Amino acid sequence: MFLSKLREALICLKAGRVTLDYPLAPQEPKPGFRGKITIDADLCFGCGGCANVCPANVIVLSDTEQHRRTIEFYWRRCTYCGRCEEVCPEKAIRLSQQFETATNDPQDMYMRLEVFMGPCQRCGRCFPPPTALDRMMNTGFREGPRGGRA
Amino acid sequence: MLRALCRKAFCKALWVYHANTGACNGCDIEVINVLTPYYDAERFGIKLVGSPRHADVLLISGPVTRQVTPALKRLVEAVPNPKLTFAIGSCATGGGCWFDTYNVQGGADSVIPVDFYIPGCPPRPEAILYGVALALGLVPKKVAEEKLRQETLEELAQGKCVINRESSKTAL
Ligand code: SF4
Ligand code: SF4
Ligand code: SF4
Repeated sequence: MFLSKLREALICLKAGRVTLDYPLAPQEPKPGFRGKITIDADLCFGCGGCANVCPANVIVLSDTEQHRRTIEFYWRRCTYCGRCEEVCPEKAIRLSQQFETATNDPQDMYMRLEVFMGPCQRCGRCFPPPTALDRMMNTGFREGPRGGRA
Repeated sequence: MLRALCRKAFCKALWVYHANTGACNGCDIEVINVLTPYYDAERFGIKLVGSPRHADVLLISGPVTRQVTPALKRLVEAVPNPKLTFAIGSCATGGGCWFDTYNVQGGADSVIPVDFYIPGCPPRPEAILYGVALALGLVPKKVAEEKLRQETLEELAQGKCVINRESSKTAL
């Protein structure tokens, strides 16, 4: 009885400071943390896979013009599930480590990307716009011995 | 002068009242976490009170359900002015997965005025602390509206392979 009380007192002597210094000192989240979504505008080709799987309908596609597809992210209601990152074929959309997203203006929780789709020169309909490979071809890169893709 | 006095008073002690308006309890656990010694919000004078009549700050978590809407309106009236309202979690900021469901109002700001939004599902305790520190003016704001645009085919043909990154607002 007495000894256990003594031991408790000794534990109190040994205990150091546990409080984080957080808002005054920066703090990194652990790896694997899913924070605010970011999109790499170079990589996205407007397939709409992310919009299909998003459970909170954060991602809204609209074809505003014939060769312009607007992807809007109303990420104020994002649930950070990571499904969009999982399905994106180009890994354009990613969940960053940023968690300091508090704001006083709801418009700050909005992101928009305009993707230019390539229209077919014959029929005028859109096809997925140049991928990274097509861009390399535009600038003179040729694949295969005969040039061009077979 | 009253405003200046309020600013000064708010810097010292924020008494918060926490209201669950249909949250899944994830956000509530994180709010409780902020009050533990590990995060220790009391060093900023933040204290949880049991009645809205004692509170300066209202923490709201959850997409406001239809049943809780009248109670929430009365709750906001019960908090004496000047007051601050925080929407905690994706549910309270924008409705979360349930933003267009029949039984929720889709976010706290569709029912009552909200001053600060803390997105996250649930937000980390650090994120909540950051939001409070933002309200106290201790840290700068780090998010802004983003508008990105890819180059057109014509621009590509002219060799302009730069992405136009225009931001309507810069982070404060
Ligand atoms: S993380 Fe989940 S909720 Fe957020 S944008 Fe991606 S798919 Fe939608
Ligand atoms: S972000 Fe990825 S999944 Fe979404 S439209 Fe762009 S390429 Fe497709
Ligand atoms: S934001 Fe996420 S954790 Fe918080 S109440 Fe809504 S579903 Fe639960």
